[in-house]
Amino acid sequence: MYSWIWRHLPGGTPSKTLLSLVLVAAVAALLLFVVFPWVEPRLPFNDVTVD
Amino acid sequence: MPGPPAAAPADQPVDAPVDRARGWDTWGEAWADDEGHDVDWDDGPRGRGFWRSAALGVGELLVTAGMVLLLFVVYEVYVTDFLTGQKQDELSTELREQWANEPAPERGSITQVEIGDAFGVLRIPRLGEDYTRVVLEGTEEKQLAQGPGHYVDSAMPGEEGNVALAGHRVGKGSPFLELDAMQAGDPIVVETRDSWFVYRVLGDDDPSGIPGMQIVSPTTVSVVSPTPNAAATAAPTGAYLTLTTCHPRYSARQRLIIHARLDGGAISKAEFPDGPDALFER
Repeated sequence: MYSWIWRHLPGGTPSKTLLSLVLVAAVAALLLFVVFPWVEPRLPFNDVTVD
Repeated sequence: MPGPPAAAPADQPVDAPVDRARGWDTWGEAWADDEGHDVDWDDGPRGRGFWRSAALGVGELLVTAGMVLLLFVVYEVYVTDFLTGQKQDELSTELREQWANEPAPERGSITQVEIGDAFGVLRIPRLGEDYTRVVLEGTEEKQLAQGPGHYVDSAMPGEEGNVALAGHRVGKGSPFLELDAMQAGDPIVVETRDSWFVYRVLGDDDPSGIPGMQIVSPTTVSVVSPTPNAAATAAPTGAYLTLTTCHPRYSARQRLIIHARLDGGAISKAEFPDGPDALFER
């Protein structure tokens, strides 16, 4: 998977490195600001109330 | 099987596409050449290359899953703090504006706070001189992600009964992270539109028999009863405040509960704009 991505990134090593970092940042941002906030309320370890 | 390629001639750039693909193919597709020529498929989809790719793929997935889980921990512990901090700043500004600009509601009508609305500010000097949290009505995750939440139907600050507040222990601004450091007599100050209310954590020798701190199971709803630990329907025997959070840290197996009682009455904000003396005890 990662080697496939690496092979399909354009340019030489510097360009590939830069683009990989951008990809990693994009995925991290997607996880942090979209996926995790959605997943979190469905997990059981955040209850602080008695009910 | 051919071995590693012979050392490249000194005049050749090191990462020129030497015959890696053909030469050192035990590394599988990781050594495919720069033209996107995938060596594995040369062996056919059912050949050695297939299993090599499959193993590589599974390995990469596992590593990726590990990284995602680690990132989730970072999110829970740090990023939610940041997001909640921003939300608290907004709420604080809104609440101050609302208090300053809107005419005072008629006396007693503070009990009609809509769910999700901020209505007061909590200060706990034991948790830090500048410990300030805007409190919202409601204890759904939506409110708790923004700050401590007030149990709907529990008393409002200053009233007879029990002002019950829930807050996150870890993450979401961690408002109640250090709640286990509270000691008997510590002030818990609630600021409302016009008044300060000073509650003090109960001592173990309190005549009411209500403990200042207790750890209970998540289903022990009696801790937020009008009189803590009494029946939910029993008449209040005083003005109490109860904080609930999860326990132990990073877990939701139990609840850490703090009980406090109102000390004196409402303190006018007009008279004490900077807060009651209890805020500056330490």
